[in-house]
Amino acid sequence: MALLRPARLRPSDLLRLGGYGLRSRPLRAVLSALGIAIGIAAMVAVVGISSSSQADLDRKLAALGTNMLRVSPGHTMMGDDATLPDDALSMIKRVGPVIAATATGSVTDTSVYRSDRIPEQETGGLSVLAAQLDLLDTVGATMADGTWLNAATAEYPAVVLGSGAARRLGDVPTVYIDGRWYSVIGVLDSVPLAPELDTAVLIGWDAARSYLGFDGHFTTVYTRAVESQIEAVKAVLGRTANPQSPEEVDVSRPSDVLIAKRTANASFTALLLGLGGVALLVGGIGVANTMVISVLERRSEIGLRRSLGATRGQIRTQFVSEALLLSLLGGAGGVLGGFAVTAVYAGTQDWPAVVPPWAIAGGLGATLAIGAVAGLYPAIRAARLAPTEALAAA
Amino acid sequence: MSPVIELAEVTKSYPGGVHALRSVDLSVEPGELIAIVGPSGSGKSTMLNVIGTLDRPTTGTVRIDGHDVARLSDRQLSALRASRIGFVFQSFHLAPGRDAVANVADGLLYAGLPKRERERRARAALVRVGLGDRLGHRPHQLSGGERQRVAVARAVAGDPTVLLADEPTGNLDTASGQGVMDLLRELNAAGTTVLVITHDHDIAGTLPRQVPMRDGQVV
Repeated sequence: MALLRPARLRPSDLLRLGGYGLRSRPLRAVLSALGIAIGIAAMVAVVGISSSSQADLDRKLAALGTNMLRVSPGHTMMGDDATLPDDALSMIKRVGPVIAATATGSVTDTSVYRSDRIPEQETGGLSVLAAQLDLLDTVGATMADGTWLNAATAEYPAVVLGSGAARRLGDVPTVYIDGRWYSVIGVLDSVPLAPELDTAVLIGWDAARSYLGFDGHFTTVYTRAVESQIEAVKAVLGRTANPQSPEEVDVSRPSDVLIAKRTANASFTALLLGLGGVALLVGGIGVANTMVISVLERRSEIGLRRSLGATRGQIRTQFVSEALLLSLLGGAGGVLGGFAVTAVYAGTQDWPAVVPPWAIAGGLGATLAIGAVAGLYPAIRAARLAPTEALAAA
Repeated sequence: MSPVIELAEVTKSYPGGVHALRSVDLSVEPGELIAIVGPSGSGKSTMLNVIGTLDRPTTGTVRIDGHDVARLSDRQLSALRASRIGFVFQSFHLAPGRDAVANVADGLLYAGLPKRERERRARAALVRVGLGDRLGHRPHQLSGGERQRVAVARAVAGDPTVLLADEPTGNLDTASGQGVMDLLRELNAAGTTVLVITHDHDIAGTLPRQVPMRDGQVV
């Protein structure tokens, strides 16, 4: 007597079986896949946008360099504003791994106006900084317009505007500072490593002394050092700048601030990712709901298939593969949608669009897991149906 | 020759004291064409389910093609149905939106044949039941008689030992019903054992052997 063994369903047949149920009710399939798609799209877009912003920051940092240190006077023990000694810059330049150092000095009690008709109280919050000629190279700034100060213009009433200052003052050929007109000879691009320059009006060191009564004190020293020695340099800069009271010197690494901002963004990303997860869960429940209804409606089909020789396992597999296919459909749509959102958003921010492969793999993996979980219970119910009962349902 | 269907003292009871079958004995030889006839509630549908291994008896022995049903697991019963038994139902059970070839080919899915072979056999079966010109038609494009012929084609495409037909003419007019019965006779002449369940004594009367049933017993 021949052994009775049920034939295995081929993967291609399983795929066809799963697809058949979806094709018979296309609108319902699309709507329940949409729930999954929205969840996956949200998650992929959140990861994609945060990765794109990171890629942008990495690109910027690579261009700017992370080897800059900023030295500024802090506070005395009594709480007053401290000052840097006059030889601070030359001392810093003598430290071995220091490649370049330059300084700016704050010109106090001055305000910048676009013309002499502006009331004195409307100062606009801009600062006037005396700058040395090598400032541009050291902080990695570039000119948006015009030229930087040179040995000649640094002695005359000429200024270069920071990007924010230029926005506030408008496109003016001259500015009015303390009863005198100054020519605007250039405008800087925004300086990510030294954002304080964005709201500054920069003037030559000698010009500041002769026209604005500048006292010649350094208020900020920008230093570039050999990358590998940067921590060691950072440790000695305070003592180098002010040997008498090193605790009155603030030393910071501006690129750290940018990286810290990125870390703050990461926790925000985690929150958004959680929201995407909730959307995905709701989508999964939608798929489960669709599958439960599908099983109820197709009892007679189940009965027929059992009479044709389908085992319980084959009925179960049919409905699980239908659920998997349904959620995979949503997942694939979601990944594409998330990609599109990332590309559009990155485009508006002038970032490189980056969606990490792990986000795509994770998105599709999550979809498959949800499809399996959502499909399993309805599939088990379908398989448990007694054939006679299922056939009687028609 | 050993009987292809053998029922010995088969009873089927449901909770609540309903006895659908009471100690039924039946033996069907290969190649027989037989009618199980009786009014509704006589237990003939339960009989079909038990013979078709869709349901197990409460007590008694059922042998199909030599296999003792009680000794087979659910998986083995499924394999038995896939290879030895073809079903024809009163309400056709065709998948809407799929053409005749697809419906018949689906019947061979659980026999483990590849798609191309399933479709080849499906076309052959449809030609055999006289629907060679309706291969691409969907159920709603076919008459009732034609739909039942598609269902018969699906049942015989896998070349089963036994064909079980449950009120195959119940939803058809007299002429279409006649056509389906002629088809079953042809299949029987070609060697298939055919069991027809009907409440219609006129139809039963045209078949060589009748098993009358009443109140769950063969009378």
